[in-house]
Amino acid sequence: MSSGGEDDYVPWIQQFCNLFGHDYFVPISQEFIEDDFNLTGLSSQVPYYREALYTILDYQVDTADDSSNSGSKNKGDLPNKALLAHSAELLYGLIHARYIISKPGLTAMASKFERNEFGSCPRLHCDGMHLMPCGATDLPGQETVRLYCPCCNDIYLPSSSRYLNIDGAFFGTTFPGLLIRMFPEIEHQCKLRIDKVNQDESGLRLFGFKVNEMSASGPRMKWLRMHPKSTEQKKEFDSCQLTLPSSDEMEEEDDDVDEEQDDDDDNTMASSGS
Amino acid sequence: MANGVEEEFYTDSSSDFTEYWIDLFLGIKGNEYFCDIDEEYIRDRFNLTGLNQEVNKLPTLIDIITDVIDLESQDEEQRETLEHNARILYGLIHARYILTSRGLNKMFEKYRKGDFGYCPRVNCQLHPLLPVGLNDQPRLASIKLYCAKCEDFYNPKSGRHSVIDGAYFGTSFPAMFFQNFPQAIPVHDRRCYTPKVFGFKLHDYSQLNRWRELQRNKLEKRLLKNGVDIYNKPGGFVMDAPVAKTDDDKKREK
Repeated sequence: MSSGGEDDYVPWIQQFCNLFGHDYFVPISQEFIEDDFNLTGLSSQVPYYREALYTILDYQVDTADDSSNSGSKNKGDLPNKALLAHSAELLYGLIHARYIISKPGLTAMASKFERNEFGSCPRLHCDGMHLMPCGATDLPGQETVRLYCPCCNDIYLPSSSRYLNIDGAFFGTTFPGLLIRMFPEIEHQCKLRIDKVNQDESGLRLFGFKVNEMSASGPRMKWLRMHPKSTEQKKEFDSCQLTLPSSDEMEEEDDDVDEEQDDDDDNTMASSGS
Repeated sequence: MANGVEEEFYTDSSSDFTEYWIDLFLGIKGNEYFCDIDEEYIRDRFNLTGLNQEVNKLPTLIDIITDVIDLESQDEEQRETLEHNARILYGLIHARYILTSRGLNKMFEKYRKGDFGYCPRVNCQLHPLLPVGLNDQPRLASIKLYCAKCEDFYNPKSGRHSVIDGAYFGTSFPAMFFQNFPQAIPVHDRRCYTPKVFGFKLHDYSQLNRWRELQRNKLEKRLLKNGVDIYNKPGGFVMDAPVAKTDDDKKREK
């Protein structure tokens, strides 16, 4: 069955992973692909599914260019080589998204993450935190691959354009979250970086002075990177456990936390007291 | 060093008239972030106050930058240090020049063209960046890039930019830039990312995002209370239904 035997024979999976710009992918183990259970539902998403699967597994595949041993089929039913190559890549990508959330796949990706093969976070205060690939959706053909930084909890575009034609669905939305959960060391690394940053000192300065937040050019996005640090903030953080606290509660806490910034105290006191 | 400059210059096809030191300097790979400084600005000694503490032989260096004396006429062994110091001096003058009105206009043009690159953050949707230093003293910190949309600092993508001294752009530049060009202040995006596992948001991350949303709501409230319009305005936030919300706020205030 297998077309191996030649000396310079390279398995399809290895070839695929060695392609330019495919260095985010890990090779999927043969057993994982051969288990039909892992492929549930993919046959409806990939054209020429069977042929594509055989291509990945290096089985003999009939194409329209050389249909020899299936005389009963007419040539129209068979894919041409370019179409088949595309289907195989799509199928591999979709299996890849499933493989990397299985135990062996996750481990393989974790060691790639450890070696910083996905690049580091461009953000200054993340201090070179390693990134992990993720997709914005699980459907192929929607968006290209993005990189998730667990430290700032945000997603970034890959720094090189060579990754701009890789589908985000080939990594999936689940992978980063699962990787963090499976390897608590990652969160520990993030925590060290977060604790190092003094969030009150960051932000733009003009001749050493901070710009007031009432100015249009003032700091308006501090919340995006904030972490609860003071006791009040931690209390507030606990109140966000399940839902966003209602605005009345918020006003009360508002008074507790930053009294000096509330310039019409009377008004708010009256409304919360009544 | 000087030879290296010449090589760079000859590969640059667009200029067959550039004998000028500044043009040579700007043509060097990695110096794309710099703008050219008017000769009058360099010639005005008032603008260079205090810079003689940073570099030796200030008058000679000024003459080199403004092409009054040719580097070739100098001693062989001094040439390299002179060229090196001339570049430092140019950088330090640059930090001052880009805070002037003419310099800001030149930098605005570069900003508009995206010469400083674009924000890598997905939700910033390729917002152009601005160069910024973390320190005004030379030789302390390298250049960083500032995104006005997420108000955050990023490391330059390319290695040849990340070795530029941040003091050549200064800490005040982006703030000055937006004071001068308020129309360039972006509308901020409120979206943020929460990691999901099988479609379910991770609890602690979404709790953190909720807390951050709370901080933002408090900020919005403070701003509205002070009569600052933040609905889809520069410096404000992208919002869907501003009218409904303001009415709501008014009722609550009553």
